[in-house]
Amino acid sequence: MKKEVFLEFDHVSKQYKDFLAVNDLSFKVYEGDIFGFLGPNGAGKSTSIRMTLSLIKPTSGNITLLGKSIVNEREETLAQVGALIEKPDFYPYLTAQKNLEILGKISGVDNLATKVDEVLELVGLSERRESKVKTFSQGMKQRLGIAQTLLHDPKLIILDEPANGLDPQGQVDMRELIVRINKERGITVIISSHILNEVEQICNRMVIINRGKSMVEGNVSELLTGSRMKVSYVTNDNKQTLELLANSDFKQFVTGIEKEKLTLLIEHENIPELNNFLSNEGVKVYSIEPIRSLEEYFISMTK
Amino acid sequence: MIKLIQIELYKIFRKPRTYIGFGAIAFIVTVVNLGFLFEGEQLLGFLLDSLKDKFLLSGNLINAYTMTFVILNSLWIHLPILISITAGDMISGEANNGTFRLLLTRPISRSKLLTAKFFSAWIYTVLLLLFMISLSLIMGYLMFGVGDLIVIKSTISILSSDDTLWRFGYATLYGILSMTTVTSLSFLLSSLSENSIGPIVGTFAIIVGLTIVSTLGYALIGPAIPYLFTTYLPSWDLFFTMELDTAKLTHAIYVNLAYTIAFITFTFYYFKNKDILS
Repeated sequence: MKKEVFLEFDHVSKQYKDFLAVNDLSFKVYEGDIFGFLGPNGAGKSTSIRMTLSLIKPTSGNITLLGKSIVNEREETLAQVGALIEKPDFYPYLTAQKNLEILGKISGVDNLATKVDEVLELVGLSERRESKVKTFSQGMKQRLGIAQTLLHDPKLIILDEPANGLDPQGQVDMRELIVRINKERGITVIISSHILNEVEQICNRMVIINRGKSMVEGNVSELLTGSRMKVSYVTNDNKQTLELLANSDFKQFVTGIEKEKLTLLIEHENIPELNNFLSNEGVKVYSIEPIRSLEEYFISMTK
Repeated sequence: MIKLIQIELYKIFRKPRTYIGFGAIAFIVTVVNLGFLFEGEQLLGFLLDSLKDKFLLSGNLINAYTMTFVILNSLWIHLPILISITAGDMISGEANNGTFRLLLTRPISRSKLLTAKFFSAWIYTVLLLLFMISLSLIMGYLMFGVGDLIVIKSTISILSSDDTLWRFGYATLYGILSMTTVTSLSFLLSSLSENSIGPIVGTFAIIVGLTIVSTLGYALIGPAIPYLFTTYLPSWDLFFTMELDTAKLTHAIYVNLAYTIAFITFTFYYFKNKDILS
């Protein structure tokens, strides 16, 4: 079934006085996606996200959400979007509950008390509802940030660097929460990040931008497997296996031995063939590990 | 809109800094009243020394009206500073805290949000002014009772006690108007700034600067002085003459209105088109 286009950037540019922050950027986000918005620092991610939320006006091009122009139908489109931009800043002198109530009232949320209870429960902050936000840890603020995005039942949430400032466990919790929101509530999610591991683990589609331009857009797994990937092998005798491969049809793939592992740069579809070859030659393979990751892909696209 | 104003007022009155203004006014009013309670005769004697040869002064000359009149004289310099602490923080404070990103990504127009913020700042201004005048009258009444009011300007007006209260009423209304101009100036500066210090210092600098220039630089900007709003900040005292100078009052009201409208219009135009980068 063909998915509906949720958000579309159509040749969007943003020019500051003497600086082109976003340059003719086009991409699409489909219904149900967890969409990774990747790029190095200064690539134009935050500017693009702020344009999506009409915090910044594009110099040219169109941004549409469910077919409606973000610029011309600002309030209608924002009613469909929840967003957490950069740091999760709240009114520090108010409680978590009061912060959410204020934002809910502004958004015109019905049954606000119930809704506040529900989102606080979802992000695990029910017991701290009466605590002032100034007493919260970064992780708790981040979770409260997610809670406020869900208050008005949006169809799309945009999270700008959601794992910023979180410890490793906090990052895992955040990823699980995002996936849960996407699966259980059917909410489309856009994650802007430069933490590649995060994107690789939870996103199904992504765009990589650099210097304001789109470098590549597509399905994460297809993009990562569509080209040569780096693989390491641990065999019963790596040196002997290296010699064996150097004299075979696979010699073009061999890159050497790194950290006592045999490494190859090989196309995805050639790996089963290589495994058969090694097995037939009596080589005992103890482990095969892909080294090729989003990180290398990202660097190759943005350097 | 009422819901938005309620939210903004709630935010204002949950901030400790909001109460600086009320605290400062309570302190000033108390100190002035106590000063007159203990040193009043000497202070009044010093003020009225030159009149004693020509007038026979009797009765309760230090009274609630005198005290309120004296305290209202602080209006033109103290109150604008206290107002700017809150009005100057209305927009820039959100930018500084990063909470603009929360507010402006909600399905609400920037104009509505700005309108709610301005009215909330205005309500704070009115409350601060009413607090100052009512506290002065009540404290003065409790300490000194009521009596006639002697106003010494270029002329001497002796206003009987039953001819005074309405003058304070109109002076309060005029004070609300002139302080609204100050509020809109602070609001404008707040929209231009990303921190709260700028609008507070800016408001103070503009008011004091224009006042000094008006006083000392007559040769330089003489023709412009009648058109500066700062010229009319102390014009509340026009209500304390035997004959009201309606022409001067009308001009003062128009100048205040013109500046208020100009400041607010520019704020809305600028803020509606502003890129939110904070």
